[in-house]
Amino acid sequence: MTTTTAAPVADAPTAPRTRRTGRPRRRPTLTLYTVLVLAWLLLPIAVMILFGFNDTGSKVNFTWQGFTLNWYRHLFAIPNLTSALVNSLTIALVVAVVATLLGTPIGLALGRHRFRGRGSVDLLMFAAIAAPEIALGAALLSLFIVLGVPRGYWTIVIAHVAFCIPYVAITVRARMAGHDPTLEEAARDLGAGPWTAFRLVTLPMLLPGVASGALLCFALSVDDYVITSFNAGRTVTFPLWVYSASRTGVPPQVNVMGTLIFVGGLIIAGANVLFSRRRAA
Amino acid sequence: MERAVRTDLPGLTRRRRRPGEALGPYLMILPGWLWLAAFFVTPVIVMVSLSLQTGNFIDGFRQTFHFGTYADMVRTYHVQLVRSLVYGVAATVACAAVGYPVAYWIAFRAGRHKSVFLFLMLLPFFVSFVIRTQSWNVVLADHGVLLGPLKDIGLLPADFHLLATPYAVIGGLTYNFLPFMVLPVYVALERVDPKVIEASTDLYASRAGTFLRVVLPLSLPGVFAGVLLTFVPACADYVNAGILGGPSTTMIGNIIQTEYFTNLDYPGASALSFVLMGALLLAVFTYARTLGTDEVLEAAAR
Repeated sequence: MTTTTAAPVADAPTAPRTRRTGRPRRRPTLTLYTVLVLAWLLLPIAVMILFGFNDTGSKVNFTWQGFTLNWYRHLFAIPNLTSALVNSLTIALVVAVVATLLGTPIGLALGRHRFRGRGSVDLLMFAAIAAPEIALGAALLSLFIVLGVPRGYWTIVIAHVAFCIPYVAITVRARMAGHDPTLEEAARDLGAGPWTAFRLVTLPMLLPGVASGALLCFALSVDDYVITSFNAGRTVTFPLWVYSASRTGVPPQVNVMGTLIFVGGLIIAGANVLFSRRRAA
Repeated sequence: MERAVRTDLPGLTRRRRRPGEALGPYLMILPGWLWLAAFFVTPVIVMVSLSLQTGNFIDGFRQTFHFGTYADMVRTYHVQLVRSLVYGVAATVACAAVGYPVAYWIAFRAGRHKSVFLFLMLLPFFVSFVIRTQSWNVVLADHGVLLGPLKDIGLLPADFHLLATPYAVIGGLTYNFLPFMVLPVYVALERVDPKVIEASTDLYASRAGTFLRVVLPLSLPGVFAGVLLTFVPACADYVNAGILGGPSTTMIGNIIQTEYFTNLDYPGASALSFVLMGALLLAVFTYARTLGTDEVLEAAAR
């Protein structure tokens, strides 16, 4: 392991080569350390995947009992868990669409225009991201309590959209930063209307940023526990189900679903990277 | 950096062709801004207002501007408040100590495989936060894969446990927020010009001298951003304390949840939430002032 990862060190274009000592400077300690930290980071993922194949007799999934595909076959055997997963996925889909529609124009405005109040919009985005999640959740819950709004599916959507908008705005803004506004101006000078110029010049350039923003929203929403737990009422999402089950024992189906989400996420992220690379080329 | 690019693009500031155009950015911002005003700004104001009310769940709450709730809550739960800050600081320091060498290695030693290692750093984000924490619960269980064998061969006493200790909670926090530290530090290190390092060695600085007096200072903005990104969520987190902790590791987040849902003490819970948010935001803004919000936002966006 160490030898394979140490190999690229030899041609690292930085300090070691510029030294005049002539000694090959490898630092296996640091390499080994990095490998260990990465192993530590990835261990729970391995545990999750592995214990999805665990031939455990009961709901208690703590010790390795042998290999089985049983849980993949009976993935939807726990109705509550299945509906929690469906809730999570549909909420994330709605959130991704709404937050992208609301956040993209903000990112576009921040990235392209200078206007009075720009700083305060920046500050709002910053505050919404920097505020601890629990405070956002608690504040929204207070609002719903005072207004007498019953908590449930749609209050989760409202909460998720609120915390996702700034992330979309920032992603799109970052994409705008590398964009030359004179291109659009050129289109206008050549007789394109504002909408045509936007559709033919700005939008194609912006699309990878918008896609990343939407994917980020989906991921944040599916994963969210803290804000959801405050505004869910009786509605149960996937993370809420897992959290409440963690006290008594998490059934292997959770591992399987986690694994499938993991693999699905990797495929989508990979596709997004390939797609934007093709566009860039 | 971004700003420098913008100022020399004349199209941005000079052009004003159509009279309606000045309204453009406002119209673009309006829908999202309204959503945030309604569901972020207003709730915080309502929460403050609720925290000053008195009454109970059955008879309802009335606005009495009772600031005493704050004093009561802080007095009752100062142990958990302080504990949250201590755990947050401990996890942040641990993240920096564990993460800096990793970021350094990826930035300077990973060669062609940089993006592979960065991707591996991000891999945990593809697994649900709660499941990752729950996985540690499995690994660290009293007779689980880690402690079970060690106890069987007699290396550890039978009643030894990691779960429900501060170590498990701080370890979980460190684990969950480590990538938030590594990525901004990596970005800062990546920006260090190799020529500067070369100049330093040419001037006979030792290896340690080059690191301490050139590389480290240049990477500090990344560390600052990383501290921000880990400290706030670590202090406010209650998933780790809930899953890996026990009664003696309760954090302020757990208390807030109990106050809202079990004790139905809405004013008290609101007061505690506001104290937590106020304290953390104050810390963050003081921090960001010295750094510039743009850079922190940029780091947060990654």
